[in-house]
Amino acid sequence: MTKSSDGKIATVGAVWVHETDNVATALRNLQVGETIEVASLPPVCLRENIPFGHKLAMVSIEAGGAVIKYGSTIGVAIRPIKPGEHVHVHNVRSARLGAGA
Amino acid sequence: MRAENTVTDLVWRGYHRTNGSVGLRNTVLALSIMDNANPVVTKVAHLVPGVKAIRTWYGRGHLGEDFEIRKRTLVGLGANPNVAGVLVVGLESKHTEEIADGISAMGQRVFSLSVQDVGGLLKAAYQGALIVAQMVEDASGLQPEAVPLSRLVVGVECGGSDTTSGLVSNPVIGRVIDWLVDRGASGILSESPEFIGAEDFLINRAETPDVGQEIRRVVERIETYVKNMGGDHYDANPGPDNVRGGLTTLEEKSLGAIQKGGSGPIRGVLSYAERPSGSGLFVMDTPSPAVESMTGLAAAGAHLILFSTGKGNVIGNPVSPVIKVCANPETVIAMPEHIDVDLSDVLRGEVGLEVGVERVKQALLRVSRGRWTRCEVFADEEIAISRFGFSL
Repeated sequence: MTKSSDGKIATVGAVWVHETDNVATALRNLQVGETIEVASLPPVCLRENIPFGHKLAMVSIEAGGAVIKYGSTIGVAIRPIKPGEHVHVHNVRSARLGAGA
Repeated sequence: MRAENTVTDLVWRGYHRTNGSVGLRNTVLALSIMDNANPVVTKVAHLVPGVKAIRTWYGRGHLGEDFEIRKRTLVGLGANPNVAGVLVVGLESKHTEEIADGISAMGQRVFSLSVQDVGGLLKAAYQGALIVAQMVEDASGLQPEAVPLSRLVVGVECGGSDTTSGLVSNPVIGRVIDWLVDRGASGILSESPEFIGAEDFLINRAETPDVGQEIRRVVERIETYVKNMGGDHYDANPGPDNVRGGLTTLEEKSLGAIQKGGSGPIRGVLSYAERPSGSGLFVMDTPSPAVESMTGLAAAGAHLILFSTGKGNVIGNPVSPVIKVCANPETVIAMPEHIDVDLSDVLRGEVGLEVGVERVKQALLRVSRGRWTRCEVFADEEIAISRFGFSL
């Protein structure tokens, strides 16, 4: 978690909520080519712009693989997702309610 | 954190009712129980500005569960401790009297009028105005007194959520709920569709196995309903604004949403508009949209509602004051007039989560001692009573 001991969220451009998460959330509009580093994970170079509040992949996620945030499955990748890619409704579906947008 | 544990800090200002309840507001309602009577309460409020008119839609021909939900909700709204007295208005006398009798049975001061018996809308408005004028005058003479936090019933709600809701606003509200429950207050977490994908965290907190099974049953019923509808649930929940705000799936939204219910044991599962049986945290089975969910919370007797928003949702409730909490730095600039507590500096990492928690506690204490919320200032208040089936 990129929260320091005083409860502040680190100003690293993105927040990684749980140590098992494979995505992080942008805390500002992030630009393609920026390097994002959170906690102990290897830094990732952004392959596209990530809007404020949206998610980026911190590691590779294979098609059919779980997308993990808050330490829990928030959906399933519908195609392979590379580190630094935008993770959203175009490449993730609900694991619970099936077909999506 | 400032010293906050002195006795004087831990009280609010409440209006003692003859039935033993304590209200945090002192509102007189003109309550229309069916859509065809709405013009009456509108006119009553024009004649007596000190009354609050509640208009409701539908109300005729309801069957089974819809009939019961509607009756429980209308009675519950009228009997909310924040209400000093009620005028119930309907088209005909039978259902009007049923609602008025239900409110009266809860010890609330209530009068009723039916448009057909009185002889039309104008006469109903005139007679209604005379009735509420007396109640408004009487209510104005009541003085609020110090009340311990243990008497509070607080609902939690989110609307126009985005990823900032789950990262900051909901965890902050959840810590405030834990703080209130530790002091003997009651909390209600509603919006059961937004348990989907996060229900195991709630079930693990159930006080008894029966409560856990009830939470599971509520979630399965909704999930089955959605699957049986077929097609595409996207655009319904998460909605287009949630998706623009970065929320990808209902599971992601749920995992953020349940955090506003804190971390304590869950004592029971309430039906829509059902009153909690005591102190502690309860969950209520309600649809997710804010007006509909908050109507259930207010009818269950909530004194006030803590409401997190990300992309911005301006609506409140006419019976329970709604405190809007927002951590999205864009929203607090775009619509500052609708935000009661700005947590954008917590999101930016400039201050810790505990600073945000303290800020919401202080806002809650101010509002419970009489200060108005932005929803009250603008009268951004609506009612929507859940309705699931066809009206006959």
